[in-house]
Amino acid sequence: MFQRILPNTMTRSIGLLISCAVLVFCLIGSIKLGLTKIDWNAMLHAYGTANPSEEQLVIRTTRVPRALIALCVGASLAISGALMQALTRNPLASPTIFGINAGAAFFVVLAASYLSASSYHTFTWIAFFGAAVSGSIVYALSSLGRGGLTPLKLTLAGAAITAFFHTLTQGVLVTEESTLDEVLYWLSGSIVGRKLEMLTDILPFFITAWLVALILARPINTLTMGEHIARGLGQKTGWVKLLAALVIIFLAGGSVAVAGPIGLVGLVVPHIARTLVGSDFRWIIPYCAVLGGSFLLLADIGARYLIMPGSPLVDLLSGLGARTLSDEVPVGVITALIGAPFFIYIARRSITE
Amino acid sequence: MRKKHLAIRLKSLPVSLLIDLRALIIMVLLALLGLSVFVYSIGSGEMTIAPWNVLTALIGQGSPADEMVIQTLRLPRALVALFVGASMAVAGSILQGIMRNPLASPDIIGITGGASVTAVAFLTLFSDWGARWLPAAAFVGGSITALLIYALAWKKGVSPLRLVLIGIGINSAANGLTTLLLILSPIYATSQAMAWLAGSVYASSWETVWTILPWFIVLVPLAMILSRQLNAQQMGEAIATQLGTSVQKQRFLLILVSIALATSAVAVSGPIGFIGLMSPHIARLLTGPSFGQLLPVSGLIGACLVLVADLIARTAFSPLDLPAGLFTAVLGAPFLIYLLYSHGRT
Repeated sequence: MFQRILPNTMTRSIGLLISCAVLVFCLIGSIKLGLTKIDWNAMLHAYGTANPSEEQLVIRTTRVPRALIALCVGASLAISGALMQALTRNPLASPTIFGINAGAAFFVVLAASYLSASSYHTFTWIAFFGAAVSGSIVYALSSLGRGGLTPLKLTLAGAAITAFFHTLTQGVLVTEESTLDEVLYWLSGSIVGRKLEMLTDILPFFITAWLVALILARPINTLTMGEHIARGLGQKTGWVKLLAALVIIFLAGGSVAVAGPIGLVGLVVPHIARTLVGSDFRWIIPYCAVLGGSFLLLADIGARYLIMPGSPLVDLLSGLGARTLSDEVPVGVITALIGAPFFIYIARRSITE
Repeated sequence: MRKKHLAIRLKSLPVSLLIDLRALIIMVLLALLGLSVFVYSIGSGEMTIAPWNVLTALIGQGSPADEMVIQTLRLPRALVALFVGASMAVAGSILQGIMRNPLASPDIIGITGGASVTAVAFLTLFSDWGARWLPAAAFVGGSITALLIYALAWKKGVSPLRLVLIGIGINSAANGLTTLLLILSPIYATSQAMAWLAGSVYASSWETVWTILPWFIVLVPLAMILSRQLNAQQMGEAIATQLGTSVQKQRFLLILVSIALATSAVAVSGPIGFIGLMSPHIARLLTGPSFGQLLPVSGLIGACLVLVADLIARTAFSPLDLPAGLFTAVLGAPFLIYLLYSHGRT
């Protein structure tokens, strides 16, 4: 069903190296490009000087944290998406289907309207907690009954819990209108104004989960051949699924905690990776990490330019009477807008059923 | 488990039905449930009317005051809830059958997303044209999206997986646009748009009923007639072709019917979530996968869900009149999970 482009270890290694080069390129671009012009010299010495210039302050406080957050969140979302598609054996699955974004959003909206939490830093832990709660509910529900966790039960329980939390969120937002303005930006997924501490809080979870994901690659290869085959080969499938679920909750939950719900990365990037290297998870996971990071960095750079003062889109919209934006477009919007054509191209190209 | 069947064969027409007795009983029960919710819902509200008086008012024999309230306010609203629920559920069942994917629904393949973009754009940018044009705006958005998805998925025929993947892509682009519009619009328009996005039937009048009724009357029977093909399609393209189904043509017709049903429903009520995704699953767990019985059962479940959800939304937080879409998932999700659990044990 899926054709792969890179057929053997040699080409795959070279491909991975090229992808890493692209990633570094995106990282540098993310630090350099934007409303404040930054020259190479200032950039190189940003962390060396004792009395930094204005440009170097921008680099230290805004650009570097933002680039690192985009990198980690993009990589994590992509890996959790790949694992999710393996667990549900459904190419349409993404971390969203595990109920993680919906749970996080619900708890944040709840905290914002009834506990008057308002800083992004408090949102981090509330969102992580919410993601863990709804992820665990989905896992528990789908493991109930005979047969343990099956792809169909996971998919349905996830979709049901997602719909459940999603409508509860809408309920709070419709009844408490003042909350809406406060959380709308958070809800659309944005990495503007996030501090580096928010990433470092979550980073231990990320690193653990990345390592476990790499270790899980082989067992997951076996598991995707089917439950019975995997058992026949002596695998304890229950443990593999539990670990994979934990990794998904850590990665996707951590991502939503730092950056809000960003869609499509967890869906598109695994597809791109699979188109490149086929179905071997030992390759899919590193490719997902590198490509996911680049994807979100690029989307973030795009987000800066789309609504910069004077861009054609801003002129068009203000002509129609829209309110003018002081902030940038949330990156979640951009991932959706640039990811969609890409995704459609991949779907057209790779599925020749 | 031994299954009992009821065979209906007509001599003059080429019609033959084999109805599972259990499914028939479930259908009758659901229809009764739907009817009683319908009557109860019409009777309750600011001014409570006893069920018997509701019935007499419906046939034009009640007191003038009752008739006024029922015929101008409550009856159209209940009818719209019924039509919207049934349309979404039938549309979802057809899509899940064609795509052979439990996640397929009008929400996930972008129909409701596309309708939302134009509706929110209308609410935030062109609201001085008057709310009367809102359904039209949503309908145009939904239809354009559907055309776009089908055109993009076409490559010497349409494969279900390609269709649904492209639908997801379009859907997320549409969601991105909606969010962008929400962020750019003034806050009063934003909260208005959020209320529309939650999905509600509270602005229903007879005009709304006449908007959705023709679609419903034409498309639902058409779906029932075409459902025979779904049984074959569900087994996969190769088997369906061998069974003599002209797969591409049938698939095109079925998708067209399902998209038209979903779009007409979204146009009048906004994207009431969950119905298109979950009603088919609840129906399948109740009656099994054969489409002859799955479509009517899931239509009835969808209708009941929206009726009950609107009843709660209207009365439980009175005087607040909340969107019905807030309660469909709250009602349906626990039920679905219970069914999944009890199904897993037998």
